[in-house]
Amino acid sequence: MDELLNVKYDVASGDFIRGGEASSNIKKLLQQLGVRNDIIKRICVACYEAEMNIVIHSVGGYIEAKVFSDRIEITAFDNGPGIENIDLALQEGYSTASNLAREMGFGGGMGLPNIKRSCDEFYIDSKVGEYTKIKIIVYLK
Amino acid sequence: MKVREIVDSLRLKVLAGETGLDKEVNGVYTCDLLSWVMSHGKQGNAWITVQIHPNVIAVASLLEFSCVIVPEDIDVEEITLNKANDEAIPVLQSSLNAYELCVELNKLGA
Repeated sequence: MDELLNVKYDVASGDFIRGGEASSNIKKLLQQLGVRNDIIKRICVACYEAEMNIVIHSVGGYIEAKVFSDRIEITAFDNGPGIENIDLALQEGYSTASNLAREMGFGGGMGLPNIKRSCDEFYIDSKVGEYTKIKIIVYLK
Repeated sequence: MKVREIVDSLRLKVLAGETGLDKEVNGVYTCDLLSWVMSHGKQGNAWITVQIHPNVIAVASLLEFSCVIVPEDIDVEEITLNKANDEAIPVLQSSLNAYELCVELNKLGA
């Protein structure tokens, strides 16, 4: 299957100022490719939540976007600390965010549920002390 | 209705994003939990929030909100205003609280 786009952006831990820029860049590229607005909106929600998860919870990582003629794939990878209980993390309202992050309006325990709802396929894999990897797929047809 | 008309009618202070004042306002949304806003906000909404850090602009830009309105004369961080200028998203300040703003915006038909 033809790959129409393949971009990767580093996301720094704790950088609330630049947090969201990777998602914003991906959005612009999807608009240039003429992707439908409702699909872009879903990608934006998933991408932003995944990006902010890296900012809030991790020691840093990256967001990668691949566009094929029939689907968009977003991968969010970070280098730890990993998620102890993935089932719990996927529950709406459950959060391990810091007080600072909560004061800023994050940490509502909605990130992963929002990501899951926004996509057609959702994969999460994590190893404590090593990494968390989220991959989502949104169909274009 | 354009952002500019809301600014004039409610005598809001334009803190940043003047180049975006001709954006069309399509409904009003108020919430301070960013993930909630991200999943429920709609394109063109005027967003009332007490959050003042730069990530507010990232959310507003991704969702293509028409403007951000800060209630109760809250001062906004300069770095947020700079980002709002870059993204052409008007950041407006009011002495009214969020509820009063909603009432007034409703009267205007926003």
